Amino acid sequence: MANSNPPQADDLHQFGFDTRAIHAGQRPDPYTGARAVPIFQTTSYVFEDADSAAAYFNLQEYGNTYSRIMNPTVAVFEERVASLEGGAGAVGFASGLAAQAASFFTMLRPGDHVVASKALYGGTITQLKHLFGKLSVDHTFIDPDDIANWKNALRDNTKAFFGETIGNPGGNILDIEAVANIAHAHNLPLIIDSTFATPYLCRPMEWGADIVVHSATKFIGGHGTSIGGVVTEAGTFNWSNGRFPGVADPSAAYHGLAFHETFGVYGYLMKLRAESLRDLGGAMSPFNAFLFLLGLETLPLRMERHVKNTLEIAQFLENHPMVERVKYSGLESSPYASLAKKYLPRGAGAVFSFDLKGGRGAGKNFIEALNLWSHLANVGDAKSLVIHPASTTHRQLNDAELAGAGITPGTIRLSVGLENAEDLIWDLERGLRASAVRESSRIYANDKINEKISED
Amino acid sequence: MNDILEYQDTQTIREILLSARTIAIVGLSSNVLRPSHFVGFYLQRHGYRIVPVNPREKEVLGEKSYAALSEIPFPVDVVDVFRASNAVPPIADEAVQIGARALWMQYYVISNEGAAIARNGGLHVVMDRCMKVEHARHMGRMHWLGFNTGVITARRLKISNQ
Ligand SMILES: Cc1ncc(COP(=O)(O)O)c(C=O)c1O
Repeated sequence: MANSNPPQADDLHQFGFDTRAIHAGQRPDPYTGARAVPIFQTTSYVFEDADSAAAYFNLQEYGNTYSRIMNPTVAVFEERVASLEGGAGAVGFASGLAAQAASFFTMLRPGDHVVASKALYGGTITQLKHLFGKLSVDHTFIDPDDIANWKNALRDNTKAFFGETIGNPGGNILDIEAVANIAHAHNLPLIIDSTFATPYLCRPMEWGADIVVHSATKFIGGHGTSIGGVVTEAGTFNWSNGRFPGVADPSAAYHGLAFHETFGVYGYLMKLRAESLRDLGGAMSPFNAFLFLLGLETLPLRMERHVKNTLEIAQFLENHPMVERVKYSGLESSPYASLAKKYLPRGAGAVFSFDLKGGRGAGKNFIEALNLWSHLANVGDAKSLVIHPASTTHRQLNDAELAGAGITPGTIRLSVGLENAEDLIWDLERGLRASAVRESSRIYANDKINEKISED
Repeated sequence: MNDILEYQDTQTIREILLSARTIAIVGLSSNVLRPSHFVGFYLQRHGYRIVPVNPREKEVLGEKSYAALSEIPFPVDVVDVFRASNAVPPIADEAVQIGARALWMQYYVISNEGAAIARNGGLHVVMDRCMKVEHARHMGRMHWLGFNTGVITARRLKISNQ
């Protein structure tokens, strides 16, 4: 055929991850030439003419209508995440939990059932149990380590498998390939929350996952300033297999449009945006998208440092006399070491927990002696973070209940930041020393007395 | 699978989209909810002449519908197929006979036999790809909805591309 605009030689070039973390999704602005991604802080968009407006609302043309549904700044973020994960596209959300809820909402109906790992972020467990329970979606939480459990939990109405690349708080590494194979053998998709891994450390779609969700709040942003989430889909799952009328059948909420048939590879994502995001309304703000894009630009560099610091710290703790156990799958001693080598060859993430010798009091005193580690409930910041579940998030549980959740009274969770590792270790030393001292006095003391001592 | 990838070459796709003017859409429906209508509407909006080929339609998108490719009284650049895969080989034969320059098979339309006929007849072949999506990816606005276009560039976008 006539070649009016010869493609450039590098059309066939495959760009690397670091390049895509900086460039994917953005085409420099045609009007101003702005090199940075502009923040389109607008609710709505002026239509060229009435026909164009109609075409946008009918989804016959890709166009901007209203920022609850799409926004050019958010779109750069979405395409960039899709590029890094290897998805067909992505949809941004106001939070990680909003993203997960919408990803389920798009495919599930009342009466459906989900099999999920029990080693999940607590908010996800609550969402499945209570929010989706209220919508008559049933669930089974299983120990994800025994692959047979996934198969055994299957029912006729099971419509999705859900797990985390790196589980919480035990650091379980999911055997994504094996779980995906079971899911596909039973015509259902595997959804992975890959928040702790980020696409730099693991790309679950390369192992068969169909949908990957992230809390962008954590490492994607990396600065602890913004709450956000994102869903990306591979585009390869057959939603028209007869089990997903919500995705395949003509939609009553879109004047009879059959999303999967009409948009093919992009059908699920179109429905996720044009229905679930539109109707649930948890849209990502353009300003947050801008901040997440700043984060993504340095994701490879940051993750490299995160995992380097983390391994150093995990090894330090493993050899410390005040430490009972370190649960970091990057350590040779971890039961997950071989899975970590397979799925996370660049490093097993930067969040892990360890058990102090001594009980709740030791944990509390450890935390209170720290100077550089921030005591708070978050992970994935440039700053190093620490929390003692038994005295905070899990305070209401007795020791037996804690054990059920995989937590001991002395469990400490760390999210290792980007500071100098020597400084982080120096600070941990101080905490460990404090916990040891308090531990010996604990023979006479309960938590209250300990509290008093540390106040004095 | 490898067979299909052979018919999804980026350069071929771009060349077809950039040089085509007239596109015969076999199986184009007047039902606005059918995928073929979405594609016809979109391509027409982006300046291509659409020629419906469907014996069950009189007129679609303001264009006269023909019962067969051989009845079209003017040259056609691309034959875009929305039919069952097993209906492709005779369509490919006709595409060769009328001197079309490309045979394009939409999502799920997969016919190695049809593809071979068209290739032997000197046509470019694209299979299991959507003409609308590929246009939107390479020269349209698909990136506005967070789709992974695969385009990486530091060049300023031309306003005409919008
Ligand atoms: C693994 C994981 N998934 C999901 C979430 C929820 O994300 P968000 O707080 O952005 O809603 C969190 C947040 O703590 C998380 O750690």
